[in-house]
Amino acid sequence: MVNLHEPYDLFREKLLNGTETVEQRTQAFLSEIIKRKELNAFLTVFEEEAMQRAKEIDTKIQNGTAGSLAGMIVAVKDVVCMKGKRTTCASKMLADYEAIYDATVVQRLNNADALFIGKTNMDEFAMGSSGENSAFGAVKNPVDETRVPGGSSSGSAVAVAAHLSTSSLGTDTGGSIRQPAGFCGIAGLKPTYGRVSRYGLVAYASSFDQIGPFAHSARDIARVLQVIAGYDECDSTSANIPVPNYLEAMNRNVKGLRIGMPKEYFPDALNSEIRSVLQKKIDLLKAHGAEIVEVSLPHSEYTIATYYILATAEASSNLARYDGARYGYRSRQANDLEQMYTKSRSEGFGEEVKRRIMLGTYVLSSGYYDAYYRKAQKVRRLIQKDFLDVFQHVDCLVTPIAPTTAFKIGEKVSDPLQMYLNDIYTVSANLAGIPGICVNAGADANGLPIGIQFLGKQFDEATILRVADFVESIH
Amino acid sequence: MAITKNDVEHIAKLAKLEFSDEEKEKFTHQFNDILKYIEQLNTVDTSNVEPLTQVIELHNAFRADEVKPSTPTSEALKNAPDKTDEYFKVPKVIGS
Repeated sequence: MVNLHEPYDLFREKLLNGTETVEQRTQAFLSEIIKRKELNAFLTVFEEEAMQRAKEIDTKIQNGTAGSLAGMIVAVKDVVCMKGKRTTCASKMLADYEAIYDATVVQRLNNADALFIGKTNMDEFAMGSSGENSAFGAVKNPVDETRVPGGSSSGSAVAVAAHLSTSSLGTDTGGSIRQPAGFCGIAGLKPTYGRVSRYGLVAYASSFDQIGPFAHSARDIARVLQVIAGYDECDSTSANIPVPNYLEAMNRNVKGLRIGMPKEYFPDALNSEIRSVLQKKIDLLKAHGAEIVEVSLPHSEYTIATYYILATAEASSNLARYDGARYGYRSRQANDLEQMYTKSRSEGFGEEVKRRIMLGTYVLSSGYYDAYYRKAQKVRRLIQKDFLDVFQHVDCLVTPIAPTTAFKIGEKVSDPLQMYLNDIYTVSANLAGIPGICVNAGADANGLPIGIQFLGKQFDEATILRVADFVESIH
Repeated sequence: MAITKNDVEHIAKLAKLEFSDEEKEKFTHQFNDILKYIEQLNTVDTSNVEPLTQVIELHNAFRADEVKPSTPTSEALKNAPDKTDEYFKVPKVIGS
């Protein structure tokens, strides 16, 4: 009997000693995806192809030639290109778009014998913090279906949380992996900017976007990261820096590790349940020899404003490519070229995407560029400097992942600013280009998951993975 | 710097988007909320601060100028809403 709740390590042992097969497990996941259709986690499911691929991988296992991720069943956020597959970005604009090449992360996972089971729902063009901004309907939180799973990588988080895949890929521009991981009670990592190739990722805000994994444990995150990290000549923003062995670094030992608690992330007004769940974990870290140090990131209050100026500016420029001419939606109402552009864009994009394009266009427009865009770029440097300064004294930081646990579907849709403020603890990592991981730390009185975030130095995913793994192992 | 409905119309034109009157009213209201929040950046002293454009300080990434395989025309046209054998087709541009 296939047990989809079983950790990947255990399944992998059974796989290698021949008591289970990838085929059985793939079949079980496919049945489960159909059973949990109401969660709306998937936009495309690769039924036959996944079964075919499962047989191939089983043969490789028998022959002793299987890759490091054989038996890992992966769901992919529908913003990452897979050749010949729909890549919709959960937008009417790309509802029929079929990618003509594989993203580098897809190639690398394929080469390691991971198996792709489908493409996941998301906030349109990765813009949103709740999973509600999809042209194909909101995604539901499997812990409580009246609540949001977080966003924008909503479907990828839910695929893992509801045991519809072993792991998944999301993207994180302002918290879009870490926040839904927190809301769904699983693990999610945003790597350092430049750690993972973005070749084949549909761009939202290019100075922020990173691809990263979701899984049930930091160890599985490490396994996936090991395969997708590293330089790619097809992405000129990928860094040519060696990739360490992440699993080896996870030694279940935090003795002597200096962990900073930024006081701005633990304000007096912080939700008391979140505070006490985090404090318990922090006390455990301390009891096991970590040194907890209070630190300050003085420009924290400016992160949301800075982020929403820069990210929308970049979005307005990136999304100019959707003109109805070469691919994507084209309006039938257009009589001339100008109308083709305007009507295709107005009919093809959803409300939040239009709002961000408008904001971005405004902050870049003549007369406002210096006051908004340039100013925000300068504040971004100050925010990054805050992190560089504290990392002189500590190895990593611990923070909450969001001000609240998962909120109700519909609760914040009418007030965009309130929705943006939900990103308060996550956007700083993207502004500074540093890695961040969220793992589960407990639950509130309603049983809703509470995440804990660790932020690390640039290219030091190893340290935050090690702490996250430790936190998962102690209770 | 309060935004008016006229500003929203101007930005929409720049962004090649169009909105109903109702949407314009809503955006005007929402943008003023958001911009009011954003204006807190004016309180930060950024004199002598260089703008940050690249977070890992990468510079231009050059490669050897060699011919490599590229997307064939048929593939590039695969997702076109309207096309001929070799071209994207769009509504008439001149003389309409």
